[in-house]
Amino acid sequence: MKPAEFYQRDRSWQPPALTPDYKTSVGRSPRLAMLSLQGSMSEITGPTFGHSDIDPIDNDLIKNYAKSGDPIGERIIVHGRVLDENGRGVPNTLVEIWQANAGGRYRHKKDTYLAPIDPNFGGCGRTLTDENGYYFFRTIKPGAYPWRNWVNNWRPAHIHVSVFGTAFSQRLITQMYFEGDPLIAKCPIVATIPDPRAIDQLIAPLDLNAAVPLDCLAYKFDIVLRGRRSTLFENHLEGN
Amino acid sequence: MVQALPYLKESASQTAGPYVHIGLAPGAAGFDIYRQELGQTIAGPGVPGERIRVEGLVYDGTGAPVKDILLEAWQADANGIYPHPEDPRHGEVAPGFRGWGRIITDFDSGLWSFETIKPGPVPGRNKRMMAPHISLWLVSRGINIGLNTRMYFDDEDNSADPVLGLIEKENRRRTLIAQRTAAGVYRFDIRLQGEGETVFLDV
Repeated sequence: MKPAEFYQRDRSWQPPALTPDYKTSVGRSPRLAMLSLQGSMSEITGPTFGHSDIDPIDNDLIKNYAKSGDPIGERIIVHGRVLDENGRGVPNTLVEIWQANAGGRYRHKKDTYLAPIDPNFGGCGRTLTDENGYYFFRTIKPGAYPWRNWVNNWRPAHIHVSVFGTAFSQRLITQMYFEGDPLIAKCPIVATIPDPRAIDQLIAPLDLNAAVPLDCLAYKFDIVLRGRRSTLFENHLEGN
Repeated sequence: MVQALPYLKESASQTAGPYVHIGLAPGAAGFDIYRQELGQTIAGPGVPGERIRVEGLVYDGTGAPVKDILLEAWQADANGIYPHPEDPRHGEVAPGFRGWGRIITDFDSGLWSFETIKPGPVPGRNKRMMAPHISLWLVSRGINIGLNTRMYFDDEDNSADPVLGLIEKENRRRTLIAQRTAAGVYRFDIRLQGEGETVFLDV
């Protein structure tokens, strides 16, 4: 395949930098216009990963930090596909997740929430998608937690997701929410996303078909990365 | 009515938040879980090229360091080759060259640094060479979607670089140029907002 550019990112679909109801964005948001850049070799390439980079247990958050037993909480599977905007699976790409424990507490030296650390839960996992872009994790459903924005803001239960794709311009970090959570509609971080359809796309439905009877529930979460042109016509990315 | 145009939409970005290190660099969060953390070595010990260290601070709009910023770097090797199958020369990339790194701050000061080799010039669009540069991507609490920028070097000839040349206001070009402060050491400060705001790229 010839090198090809990615579709322009839809900035009216993505959250803008400045979103005053999410207060921290006020001082951390660029105010000048970004420089729009057609893709070059520096943008259409990106890091690649292989099975030697990670271990099979890395995608099992129930076991990957278990010390004296399993972590407390609702056992779940999170699974889905990494796709591009053309609907094609993105194979062999690294997916990393992190989350709070069932009580809403993160294992991070900067988190001081009063809910306790779970001695058997680290809260991170990673995996590579298979040849069809499919991935799965096993974990504990995270709890909601309070955060300092307005006095009484609570984050809906969520899992942070980091994905690479094949190019540095596809790099994406997002958050997965859970179907039916009433806190989603009240969250200033969720509300940084201007289009309600884009918010819906981050809410994972309960997927009973993928649940393991008498063991764990499942949620399905597909992730879409930027798509790229086909190369029916030479697009002068490299030369001519 | 017209036919449906069934493209999917890119998933919306959400902030990496204050605890991004748990997922991407758990050692920095304060615990040890993986056999190896990723992104710690951009260029292995045998990789040819000038060994350099890049350091800097990321400042917010009040002029304070962003102490919880996380950066990722992506660069070509000393011959300007990316270790990626779509680089036509990737078969000749230096053995042990990964090209990608993850950079964590000192939480007390916000200072970050990374070691690598200086990249070579890379062929750009329409056969115009791009001056040596490192692509950077920044995430943190308060950043809703990762910020892309590039770092160039003040001791290279950047005058014909096609990307710097697109920056209409010449005084803003220097926001993308790292200063050599000692042999093999470059300083690159990034300003998210306000006076001297760094040029960010919509790539």
